[in-house]
Amino acid sequence: MDVVVENLPLFLEGFWTTLRLAVFSGALALVLGTLLGACRVSPIPPLRGLGTVYVELARNTPLTVVFFFVVFVTPQLGLRLPFFPSAVIALTIYTAAFVCEAVRSGINSVGVGQAEAARSIGLSFNQSLRNVILPQAVRTVVPPLINIFIALTKNTSVAGGFFVAELFNVGRRLTNGHATAVTPILIGVAVFYLLITVPSGLLAGRLERKVAIAR
Amino acid sequence: MTATSEQTPSPGEATGQPLVVLERVNKHFGDLHVLQDIDLSIASGEVVVILGPSGSGKSTLCRTINRLEGIDSGRILLDGQALPAEGRALARLRSDVGMVFQSFNLFAHKTVLENVTLGPIKVRKQAAKVAQDSAMALLERVGVANQAGKYPAQLSGGQQQRVAIARALAMQPKVMLFDEPTSALDPEMINEVLDVMSTLAKDGMTMVVVTHEMGFARRAADRVVFMDGGRIIEQAPPEKFFTDAQTDRAKDFLSKILTH
Ligand SMILES: Nc1ncnc2c1ncn2[C@@H]1O[C@H](COP(=O)(O)OP(=O)(O)OP(=O)(O)O)[C@@H](O)[C@H]1O
Ligand SMILES: [Mg+2]
Repeated sequence: MDVVVENLPLFLEGFWTTLRLAVFSGALALVLGTLLGACRVSPIPPLRGLGTVYVELARNTPLTVVFFFVVFVTPQLGLRLPFFPSAVIALTIYTAAFVCEAVRSGINSVGVGQAEAARSIGLSFNQSLRNVILPQAVRTVVPPLINIFIALTKNTSVAGGFFVAELFNVGRRLTNGHATAVTPILIGVAVFYLLITVPSGLLAGRLERKVAIAR
Repeated sequence: MTATSEQTPSPGEATGQPLVVLERVNKHFGDLHVLQDIDLSIASGEVVVILGPSGSGKSTLCRTINRLEGIDSGRILLDGQALPAEGRALARLRSDVGMVFQSFNLFAHKTVLENVTLGPIKVRKQAAKVAQDSAMALLERVGVANQAGKYPAQLSGGQQQRVAIARALAMQPKVMLFDEPTSALDPEMINEVLDVMSTLAKDGMTMVVVTHEMGFARRAADRVVFMDGGRIIEQAPPEKFFTDAQTDRAKDFLSKILTH
């Protein structure tokens, strides 16, 4: 375990990068995914189509391929970004598809009667969504969103392969120098991931029970 | 309330300016032809009760009037204006048509008062205070003012339905649609809702009511429209319809509902 303790500053730096990747991408994916979710239930067919195509493409492409596109292909189109923002973009694109589906099923969990009542007092589609549907959908949507965040946290490790010095990247570099200490290093890496994912999972479980009781 | 005399004007050609007009309206659900060449014209202040066996298309007809259901062909006019397709114009038009559902559909996350003020504030852009004052007056009128701070789930079915009526009235609609407003209620609560509706009818509100409450139809309707298999089979003032139905299908329907 000495390697971990000796290199603690390095680990903490990696952890900090991982956390930032997860939080930034998570926040952006939440916004983009919610907009896409609204598209998916929109009465306007082209918007519905856009949402569907996005979800099917992003969800069914391996994350590494998404990264590859953002990191190596966009510079060729004249859009040169540092590695960290590129990683955030790739993670956002990928995660937004899952957020979109969670939001959509949350919206669908609110009875059609609520939407019909909202529309019949003259609320527009956007107003119905904002004032009637989404506030009620949030209750069902939060636990799956936390699970998506957990998956996102684990997915940030892919960024390590694309020159971002996050946890996994740090671990891999350390194993190069300490061939005999691979196991403790990997355990160290895993523990840091668990620091984010376990509390998130506990929170999701608690909220899930709360929603179940309130029903 | 003199719009329909003994001589019901021929459909689509009512005297004066009719408030709601359906012209040769057709609608399918897949292969099912739910509305077949519907012609119906409703005068301002008229109370029309729609009767018919289950599955005859009553709800669908009601819901096409505020375009909760689109139609395949034909025309629907409200106050001389054709119903627009989706979008802002449709939303504006819907705000002039009040709708009361069988299952109340009150906004579950909002209090009774907020349920009634949401439309006036968001759609009519009223100031919150103004909207609240008129909402309280409406809740008073339907007899649930003392429940204003509660959530829908804390109210009885009858109270919820009266709140739903207040919510619709808050938009000052030109016409009110009721789709079996008492069918989900325990028997002892039916009358409190029907009383509110009868008062509304007396006050001159234009109403389209799908119901199985024959007492209400006799008492409050100006005209009964009988539907079967997606068509309007017969229409007449209530006393004539109930005592002297012309078609076999209407007679058959009446014999079934009046015997049990
Ligand atoms: N969204 C839908 N999709 C497919 N079929 C539908 C839909 N809504 C209604 N129908 C069918 O259309 C027909 C007419 O339905 P509608 O609800 O208008 O009848 P109704 O006269 O109101 O009957 P009830 O007295 O049972 O309420 C029924 O056969 C029904 O099954
Ligand atoms: Mg019905």
